[in-house]
Amino acid sequence: MSSKESINKTLFVAFCLCVACSIIVSGTAVVLKPRQDENRILDRNKNVLSAAGLYDPAVDDDSNVAALFAQFTPRIVDLQAGEFLSSEEVSDLGIDIATYDQRTVLNDPAYSNAVPADEDIADIKRRVQYPMLYLQEIDGVVETIVLPINGYGLWGIMYGFLALEGDGNTVKGISYYELRETPGLGAEVRNPSWMAQWPGKQIYDASGEVALTVVKGTGSGQYEIDGLSGATLTTRGVDNMIEYWLGDNGYGPILDQFRSAAGN
Amino acid sequence: MASPKKVLLTPLVENNPIALQILGVCSALAVTTQLSVTLVMCVALTSVTAFSNFFISIIRHHMPSSIRIIVQMTIIASLVITVDQLLQAFAYEVSKSLSVFVGLIITNCIVMGRAEAFAMKNPPGISFIDGIGNGLGYSLVLITVATIRELFGSGSILGFQILPLIENGGWYQGNGLMLLSPSAFFIIGFFIWLLRSRRTEQVESNEYKLAPHTTAEEAF
Repeated sequence: MSSKESINKTLFVAFCLCVACSIIVSGTAVVLKPRQDENRILDRNKNVLSAAGLYDPAVDDDSNVAALFAQFTPRIVDLQAGEFLSSEEVSDLGIDIATYDQRTVLNDPAYSNAVPADEDIADIKRRVQYPMLYLQEIDGVVETIVLPINGYGLWGIMYGFLALEGDGNTVKGISYYELRETPGLGAEVRNPSWMAQWPGKQIYDASGEVALTVVKGTGSGQYEIDGLSGATLTTRGVDNMIEYWLGDNGYGPILDQFRSAAGN
Repeated sequence: MASPKKVLLTPLVENNPIALQILGVCSALAVTTQLSVTLVMCVALTSVTAFSNFFISIIRHHMPSSIRIIVQMTIIASLVITVDQLLQAFAYEVSKSLSVFVGLIITNCIVMGRAEAFAMKNPPGISFIDGIGNGLGYSLVLITVATIRELFGSGSILGFQILPLIENGGWYQGNGLMLLSPSAFFIIGFFIWLLRSRRTEQVESNEYKLAPHTTAEEAF
């Protein structure tokens, strides 16, 4: 047996390699982390804006996202109680609104809870108890409400934002920022021409039930959106997501306040 | 020893890792729906193969054979994580669409295959060139497949609309099959067929020969 094959040499090589590789990997991760976080926040903000119809890729770029986004005020809501939290209540919960990330607290039992199976139509298993909404106020009147939504599509959970007008009933737009759907089929939920159908649709019917659906084939009227051909399961996922998040277990009670304030 | 030029160019056509060795086909199916994503994947894989060959070759005389494979895997995995982190920092949009596939370079047979077959026996410089060459051979096939799939599936190349789609008021009906993984299998199949009918020395010899059917009379 050559010296290269001895047990000591083997352990020595393995140890040196592990140290060298871990330094390289952790070094890269630490050095690049601020830049990656910046990208992630920029991407999220861009999607809030694009759901609200305020970001036009032909005109705007990364440089003016911050200026556009400044119109929005982030607000935390309590889903169980169905109401907005004041800034004192938010700090009592230990949430710093500037750094709060509803994606990372998803697995923290202090801020999130399991969704009971019979209510879980969007198939998300867990949800954040205190999601962050974005309100755009003009002269003290709420103009836009941007809601974070998620739900299972075909290959995984899709994450996005749904923007509503201040009446809590009219859709302003939708945008997905993270999904694993099939490119060209399910991932067409990001296609601008499909997203263009959403603005102006109504969510609740006269009895206050969620009436907005994504239908197979051609949708008509104020409550219907065309499904995507060749992407039945993604379409169903979007439909379930709308039904869950805008229903009584989701943002329904919060949107009720806007609807009654708007007088319907 | 082979000249650097030969080491660099042989894997393109004569000894293509996908077409002749049929390695690394999995990612060729997954990342070829859009050409722009494919290009980034090709750059990522080529650099990982080149650098893993380089580092493995440097320490090849000190590598105990009992832990050889795990040492190679550790080096490859570290490089892949580094590439993934760089993409997330500097090309966020692309890293989002590549998602899990960058991580899966670790298991790409080409990287491991070249480390084991070439870098363990050759000095660092030539091993690096071999890595580049095999990465380019992989890229050649992937770019061909991606161009065909994006053109016929979405009517565009690198995002520029070439064939106007019916959905957007044009005349071309996108071919849905092209956007699904099996189409990449067909295209790679045709690519291999074309290559082997041109270069008959690449045709594999039969593993066995089918005997003619026995007739009813012979059976009794």
